[in-house]
Amino acid sequence: MTVEVLDRPSGETPAEATLRIADCDIHPSPKSLEREIHPFLERRWQRHLERYGARPRQPFLNGPAYPKGQPDAARRDAYPPAGGRPGSDLAFMRAQHLDPNNVGFGVLNPLKSGQGLQNLDFADAYCRAINDWQIAFWTREEPRLKASIVIPYEDAAASVREIERCAGEEDYVQVFMLNRTAEPMGQRRYWPIYDAAAAAGLPLAVHAFGFGGAPITGSGWPSYYIEDMTGHAQSSQAVLTSMIFEGVFDRLPGLRMVLIESGFAWLPALCWRLDRVWMRMRDELHRCKRRPSEIVREQVFLTTQPMEEPNRPRQLVECIDWIGWDRLLFATDYPHWDFDQPDRVLPSWVDAEKRRAFFTDNALRVYGRQMP
Amino acid sequence: MTRHVVAPVSEFPPGTRRCVVLEGRRIALFNVGGRYFGLLDRCPHQGGPLSEGVLTGLVEAGAPGDYSFSRPGEILRCPWHGWEFDLATGKSRFDPRRHRTRAFRVSAEPGEELRAETVPVRVEEDYVVVET
Amino acid sequence: MTVLPPGAIDCDLHPAPPSVSALMPYLEPHWADAAAHRGLHELETIAWPPNAPLSCRPDWRDGDARPGSDPARLISDAVDGFGTRYAILNCLYGAPMLYSEDMAAGFARALNDWLKAEWLDRDPRLRASITVPPHAPGLAAEEIERAAEDRRFVQVLLPVMGETPPGRRINWPVYAAAERAGLPVAFHAGSAYRHPPTPVGWPSYLAEDYAAQATAFQAALTSLIAEGVFQKFPDLTVVFAESGVAWLPAHLWRLAKYWRGLRMEVPWVDRSPEEIVRERVRFTIQPFDAPEEPDAVARLLEHLGSDDMLLFATDYPHWQFDGMGALPEGLPADLVRRIAVDNPLSTYPRLREGKP
Ligand code: FES
Repeated sequence: MTVEVLDRPSGETPAEATLRIADCDIHPSPKSLEREIHPFLERRWQRHLERYGARPRQPFLNGPAYPKGQPDAARRDAYPPAGGRPGSDLAFMRAQHLDPNNVGFGVLNPLKSGQGLQNLDFADAYCRAINDWQIAFWTREEPRLKASIVIPYEDAAASVREIERCAGEEDYVQVFMLNRTAEPMGQRRYWPIYDAAAAAGLPLAVHAFGFGGAPITGSGWPSYYIEDMTGHAQSSQAVLTSMIFEGVFDRLPGLRMVLIESGFAWLPALCWRLDRVWMRMRDELHRCKRRPSEIVREQVFLTTQPMEEPNRPRQLVECIDWIGWDRLLFATDYPHWDFDQPDRVLPSWVDAEKRRAFFTDNALRVYGRQMP
Repeated sequence: MTRHVVAPVSEFPPGTRRCVVLEGRRIALFNVGGRYFGLLDRCPHQGGPLSEGVLTGLVEAGAPGDYSFSRPGEILRCPWHGWEFDLATGKSRFDPRRHRTRAFRVSAEPGEELRAETVPVRVEEDYVVVET
Repeated sequence: MTVLPPGAIDCDLHPAPPSVSALMPYLEPHWADAAAHRGLHELETIAWPPNAPLSCRPDWRDGDARPGSDPARLISDAVDGFGTRYAILNCLYGAPMLYSEDMAAGFARALNDWLKAEWLDRDPRLRASITVPPHAPGLAAEEIERAAEDRRFVQVLLPVMGETPPGRRINWPVYAAAERAGLPVAFHAGSAYRHPPTPVGWPSYLAEDYAAQATAFQAALTSLIAEGVFQKFPDLTVVFAESGVAWLPAHLWRLAKYWRGLRMEVPWVDRSPEEIVRERVRFTIQPFDAPEEPDAVARLLEHLGSDDMLLFATDYPHWQFDGMGALPEGLPADLVRRIAVDNPLSTYPRLREGKP
């Protein structure tokens, strides 16, 4: 009889992934604002944050209007043993996620920054600080991790300045927005951002969440967190529709867009619908020159998480067949609760070539990088 | 059926939990108010470590807005995607028939009765025993 | 081409909204007076400009007449044309868009009476939906009770985008009244424009607005399920009209996934959203938003996972398809029969009553 009594429960997960993977959605947090963010934030804005708070377009000073399912929306096993918020301790992130899951290339997507804040000057300053922080505290320490240029997108001019300031630093791999903007993302107030991203050769990443101010459904505000979470897919559909119909991809044929954390299974049906609508109303959509599904096939990518889960996994594979195996970038969303575990997301019969595209090659191609 | 002595009762007080590896499987053990429970430490969904889940109760509602809260401490939520499992049976709340994790019988036994087993026990102690 | 069986039931057709002057005889005196003396404009929604391509199929246009304004034309194009046994008229009128609860209710009443006299009395194959003021649930319930006495009204009609998400409790008197009257509630593409029609603000184009209807239906379905409408009203059937269909499987995969982890937030949802939808929600088939290859259609139908959910509809006079191709290619004959006949009959109890 083998008896082993462990002193404390351990959070390690089996390292079954033999493939070196890319994880295109990792969320870092600062251990402490004072120590990690203040060094990059002018004194005046430090004081502003202390006195007035961040003030996004939502009611609460310290948390979301739809309370999460679990604290910090995090995996409960993702709290670093040494303390601090999930995603704030690089050593623990390595031990819990990067090493056992064999992540060779990871993209950092900071969610708490100046994005979606009411005060645009503060938004600008806070975004700059978060960008500097990613380099100083993360990518310099860990070559597998890459940074995102977070921009105060409701202020296009400031956003362009920030893209230009950061673009020379090669640890930044994308320009980063949230999908709930004040107006649909294809509208011209945002175009300078896309011009700058295209000029810098960086993909435009659009992550779920954000505080645009408009109700998150066309019928107003829903009641529950489950509706908020399910709704990210609708917001991403609206974002993509706007970008296509407003002709952003036709103006900038070199622009690549990555939609993050909204799942992907909705894409085929959206493309079928957009193609039909475009054909019917082409005279109205004078800026959109190509069939929407064609634009998507050439310029749009999606990260996988949270992967939709039909009762029959084969159906999800059929859905990926519709999308194309070259469009999806694997992502875990570590350390968040709706994390996808790499060795559990595809049925075992999916062949090695598709797996490599899905887990690794697509991401490296979009970001133009090699495994470090 | 194999019986495994995992700890003296005195070292596994109410409100605590621990993980053991028995026959190559990790098993999460819980002492909830003096009752012992054991679940395979691997969520049937994506393999999350159930031993790190939160113990909660069962929220139900016969009608919208009509909340009830029962069985405090007997429902385990997976630390990852929050699936709820009945500690006693390992069955998930949302689909008990199709989604479940293995539950193990865990009990406290007097050392006296365990003397026939191959581990050294002291007769004056009680021990937590897992059946696999 | 997929051939319709005899006795098909067309579950979504659109008579043109009446002009204010056509409605005059049906308005209560103070509303007639207001309409005349305030110079009320036509209550036509921006969602369906009569001359927009989607608003009318070219061969169904009749000079400058508003699409769907001539009953004889609708009957010959759509009812005779497709050989349908019953045709359900969903008049997309602007009454629900008025902000005044009383005015919206007054114009909804007039519209329903106008429909009876000007349409239903013309042909025994015609049926209609009851228009109500969605933002005034009490008044809406009263109108459902009043109008439902005429058994040719077979359902209640709401725009999919109203003032509040449709599952919210404030809307429940409407569902209670519909359930009492034995009527399904149909949500039709369209908005009262209380909020931007996309979750990220006002779009630039009608095309974008129309594309966004599918996402509005997704959010509406989430709301109806999360708020427990199907538990609260066990005998209520919900119809999604002109919602598009292809989005449904993916949306349910996502919703069911979150439900598994967040069940405790909405504990009255005691079974999987997929099951609830298969049992309680029906979808008109135009537009289907299907891929072009029959193989993909077959897969999509398999992803839907039920033969009971789809309802035949032409969406007359909207330009969704050409010729007689109202149903996707490659459907097996027994499924066609269910979509065209059996499913509508089980969705609309009043259609089983024979002559009203
Ligand atoms: S791994 Fe346990 S709920 Fe997903």
